[in-house]
Order: sequence, then structure tokens, then C-alpha cells
Amino acid sequence: MNKYKTELMVGIFVVLTVAALLLLALKVANQTMSNEGESYTLYAKFDNIGSLKTRSAVKLGGVTIGRVESINLDKDDFTPVVELSILEKYTGFPETSSVSILTSGLLGEQYVGFQPGFSFDGVAELKDGDYLQDTKSALVLEDLIGQFLFNRGGDEN
Amino acid sequence: MNSIAAIGASTLSRLAAVGRAGLMLFGALLAVPRLKNVPLTVKQLYVVGVQSLLIIMVSGLFIGMVMALQGYTILIDYGAEASLGPMVALSLLRELGPVVTALLFAGRAGSALTAEIGLMKATEQLSSLEMMAVDPLRRIVAPRFWAGMIAMPMLALIFSAIGILGGHMVGVDWLGVDAGSYWSVMQSTVEWDKDVVNGIIKSLVFALVVTWIAIFKGYDSVPTSEGISKATTQTVVFSSLAVLGLDFVLTALMFGIE
Amino acid sequence: MDNLVEVDNMTFSRGDRLIYENVSLKVPKGKITAVMGPSGIGKTTLLKLIGGQLTPQQGDIRFDGESLVNMSRRRLYAIRRRMSMLFQSGALFTDMTVFDNVAFPLREHTRLSEDIIATIVALKLQAVGLRGAAKMTPSELSGGMARRAALARSIALDPDLIMYDEPFAGQDPISMGVLVKLIRALNDALNLTSIVVTHDVSEVLTIADYIYILADKRVIGEGTSEQIRNSDSELVQQFLKGQADGPVPFHYTAPPLEESLFGGQS
Repeated sequence: MNKYKTELMVGIFVVLTVAALLLLALKVANQTMSNEGESYTLYAKFDNIGSLKTRSAVKLGGVTIGRVESINLDKDDFTPVVELSILEKYTGFPETSSVSILTSGLLGEQYVGFQPGFSFDGVAELKDGDYLQDTKSALVLEDLIGQFLFNRGGDEN
Repeated sequence: MNSIAAIGASTLSRLAAVGRAGLMLFGALLAVPRLKNVPLTVKQLYVVGVQSLLIIMVSGLFIGMVMALQGYTILIDYGAEASLGPMVALSLLRELGPVVTALLFAGRAGSALTAEIGLMKATEQLSSLEMMAVDPLRRIVAPRFWAGMIAMPMLALIFSAIGILGGHMVGVDWLGVDAGSYWSVMQSTVEWDKDVVNGIIKSLVFALVVTWIAIFKGYDSVPTSEGISKATTQTVVFSSLAVLGLDFVLTALMFGIE
Repeated sequence: MDNLVEVDNMTFSRGDRLIYENVSLKVPKGKITAVMGPSGIGKTTLLKLIGGQLTPQQGDIRFDGESLVNMSRRRLYAIRRRMSMLFQSGALFTDMTVFDNVAFPLREHTRLSEDIIATIVALKLQAVGLRGAAKMTPSELSGGMARRAALARSIALDPDLIMYDEPFAGQDPISMGVLVKLIRALNDALNLTSIVVTHDVSEVLTIADYIYILADKRVIGEGTSEQIRNSDSELVQQFLKGQADGPVPFHYTAPPLEESLFGGQS
């Protein structure tokens, strides 16, 4: 009887652990993202990526449509190339679409903002492996302050 | 001259103790393949795991709640309260989960292990096992060691999960952080292999150290009431220090270099 | 005569402290051999040496003709199944009932079914008069009962040799009488060989077939009860009669009192 109680309690312990693990896996670390569906790859070159990281979100109007798969440096012109993994269900963006690196809140995470371009005749859709031409780099606070000071200095003279 | 000799002697005796601890663990680990030991390990899992469960869950809940409260008051100044989720989750998964669990485990289960084995030694139960041709390393030490190794990561996972829920309770339900952003920013920040898995690895290392110290201190204790109480205290002190020291090393190895 | 245990010129020291020097003794099969001596002489150590838990620095210890010194661990464990030891405290496992304690060696070392184990345990407990206490835990037993329960556990595997470590220490006269009777009865009924380590002179003289008296790191007297009683060794007589002063001095070795009290002034 006592032995049964021991086994029962250990069983509850194991179940609790599995529940904790599931919570961490699904709700906290969102392990499902990579399995959520097929995805295709787009590339974007930026002058400066700020503190963008792998697995940062790619968002369109607040909807997460993909993730940053990897960040590399182009071997020829030494600019950062960001590999974006976009979910297969979000497809058909025109070539004129643009991406920019945005920040959520003042100190928040950086993410890739996706802005679909206008679609008219002669503009193809983005396909797997395409490069996005229109990119806006991350805002670097130091540069902004530098510009601000420079402008002020100019005014006074 | 005498003091130098004394330092030398105490160093040597400490080294010998480390050697004995190693031999003990080695002897216990040789006992892995015995099926007979599985029910014994389950029983120890109850003693070290289930009996520590309540203190772990309550502590986890409160630590998560406090972190949400503290984090909120700071983050709100920068309008970054959406980062509350990742702040709570990352601190729990990377640090507080494994470390606080290990400290509580040392105090709750570690000291009990030392006292139990020390008492078994004092009442000649270990000797008597040996005379019955039953190896106490296999019968007593091995099941307790494996139970500790299994229970600690489980407890740490439960601790972190409950802490995150506690943070949600305070941050979202009471302070009004948006529930969607609590979870989604957490999801985009927390990485499975980097944060969760590293936390589990930390926890496994702590489990090894704490359980090892606890069992060895009991096994090597002077079998008197004074000796056992001293060994019990040493278990808590040594394993707490070892956990905090190792935590720094592990953190440097895991998260130090981006 | 056949000897089950033979100790040959054995020297043992713990750290710097010499405990035995050139001790030799023989334990004949089927007999009760008593080892007596003052407290702190290391009598328990002797049993641990015979049990192979400690190894002598010099000399040899043989069990049934086989040397225990430098024996492989596996062989030693096999031999230990043929011997058992009754510890001073009983050393019952506190987390098990009396029944489980007695069943423990059977479950560890045999593949008997639970039915047969239950039968054997009942018989062993009956032999020590504790069949009614099978469901009790060790903490509910009195000291004498705990020792009897431990005795039942010691004989569970029907060993050849049983070693009693101070079986009479701290027992009331009734428990003592019960234990004396049990030791003799078990020895004869199960054809055991017994070694009794004790300092209770009168009890041992009534049951022991052969007696060794240890003191000062060596054997100071041996013989049957009769021979021991008539020994002309002062040391043996002091021990038997319980005199306060004699060859074993009342005072622990110390400088003369005058010197330590007035030494500083002179």
C-alpha cells in the first residue's frame, strides 16, 4: 500500500515535469515555429543590421510571417546579408516590397518589418532565393545623436 | 615551520578525501545495470524528488511573481514592459531555475541524504550490509545518486515553468501587461537549445555536485551524533558554494561569448 | 580438530596506533569460542578483520582454510554469505519492518518465491521468539528484541559462522538470559560455529567452549572455562574478578602527580 503511494507520487512528479517541459517548449521557447509549415527563403542586404539576431521575427503589420534564419557578411562588398525564412502560406509578395529593421519599444527587441510593395504589370512576385532590393537599415542611436549635434552646431554658426 | 607542516597535512587529507569521494562514486556508478535497483531508485526519487516538490513549487511561484513586480517597475519607465516576458523567462531558465533549485535541493534533500547515510553508518547498518555480502555502494549509494541526478533537472524545469506562470499572474493579470506580448516576445527571445537546454545542462551539473557531496559527506562522516551534524552542515555549505561557483563557470562557458 | 577460522601471527594497526601484535587464535568448528578483554581493546576490530572488512598489516586470517588476506572482492563476498555478524546495536534497517529485515538477505541472495521466503522468515522469527513482532518496525522494539530480530536476520541464510559483537551489552538480566540461551541453542541446533566477543565474564563462562582473553594488543590467556578460572596469570584474574587496580593500571599513563602539580615551581 505504502509502496503504491510512493509510485503514485513519483508518477505525479513525472507528469508535472512533462507538463513543465511542454509549457517551456511550446509556450515559452516556441519550438513549433520551425515545424509550423514549409517556408521559403529570401535575402536582404542591409548597411547596418543593428542588434538583429537569428530567430528574430519578420513581421508584416504586426503579423509574424517568418524568422531570421541566418546573418552573414557578403564576401564581395562586405555588407550584412540577412537570410529570411518566410512561411509558405504567406506568398506572392511583389518584387517592390521593402524590409526595414525596426525596434519594438525604446529598448525592445529588433525585428524585420516587411512592407509589401505595389503590384502592377511587369512586377514579378518574390520567389525562393530572391534578394529584396529596397532595404532600410537599423537606426543606430549614436549616429542619430551625432547628426543631431552636427545640425545644431550648423545652426548656431 | 609547524604551521606550514599543518597546511601541508590538511591539504593532503583533503586530497585524500577527494580521492575517497571519487572512489565512492566510481563504485556506485559501476552498479548501473542492475535491474533490482530500479524500485530502490524509484523510492529514492520519492524521497529526494517528491518531498522537495512543494518547496520548489512555492519558491518558484514567488520568485516569478517578485521578478515580474520588480521588472515591471523598471521596464515601465522605458515603455518596455513588453520585455517583461523574456526578462522573467530568461532569468528563470538560465539562472534562477537551476541555481535556486540546487540551493533548495541542497538544503532540503542533500542534508537529509547526509544525515540518513550518516545514521546508517553510526548504527552499523552499512557494516552490516557489507557483512551480509551486499555492497552498500550499490544498495545505498547508487540509488540515491541516480535519484538525485534525475530529480534535480525535473525540479528545475518545474521551478522555471511555475515561475513563468507566476510572472504572468503578476505581470499580466494584476499589472496589466498585454498577455499576447508577454508570451510572444518571450517566444521570439527564448531559444530552445540555448536557454532551455543549457539550463537543463546546468541543472544536471549541479545535481551531480550536490548529490555527490551529500552522499559522500554522509558516507565519510564520523559516526557519532556530533560527526553527523557537522557533516550535514558541511553538505549544505559546500554544495551551496560549489553550485554558485560552478554557476559562474558554466555561465561563462555557455553565454559568455556570443 | 577442524578449525573454521584461524588467525596467524596477525598484526594490525590503525594509523599510528598499534591494535594487535602477533595475535594467533583458532576457532574450532561447531563450538562457541569467546573472545574477552577490557573495553577499547579493539574486539569489534577483530570481528571486522575476520569478516574481511579490514585487512591486517601482517600475518594471515583463514576462513575454512582459505586466506582472506588479498582475496578478490568477488570471492570475499561469496565467503561472507557463509558468515554473519550480530552487531552491538542490532543494525536493523530502520526503514523496514522486522519481517522485511529478516527477509532481506534472502531476497538479496536467493531467487526464492515470496511464499517460501515468508515461511523461512516465520521459522527464523519463531526460533528467536519474535514471530508475533513480524509487522513491527525496529523503532518499536526494545533493545533486547531488536537484538533478537537481528539474530533472526543473521541466521536467515543458515551461515556456518556467526559472530556476536557484545551481545549482552546493556541488556537487562532477562534479555541477557534469553540471549545466552539462544546463542547456545542456535549453535547446537543449526550446527553453527560461534564467536562471541564480550566483556561479560559470567555469562560467557557458562556457554563458551573455549575462551581467549585479549589485552595489551595480544592474547594473554586462553583455555576452557575451567582453565581460565584457574589461570595463574594476574591479568586474567584481575579481569575475571573485576579488580580496579592490577596489571591493567587504574591510572592512564601520565607523569607523576607531584611533577605535574609542582613541576613548574621546582
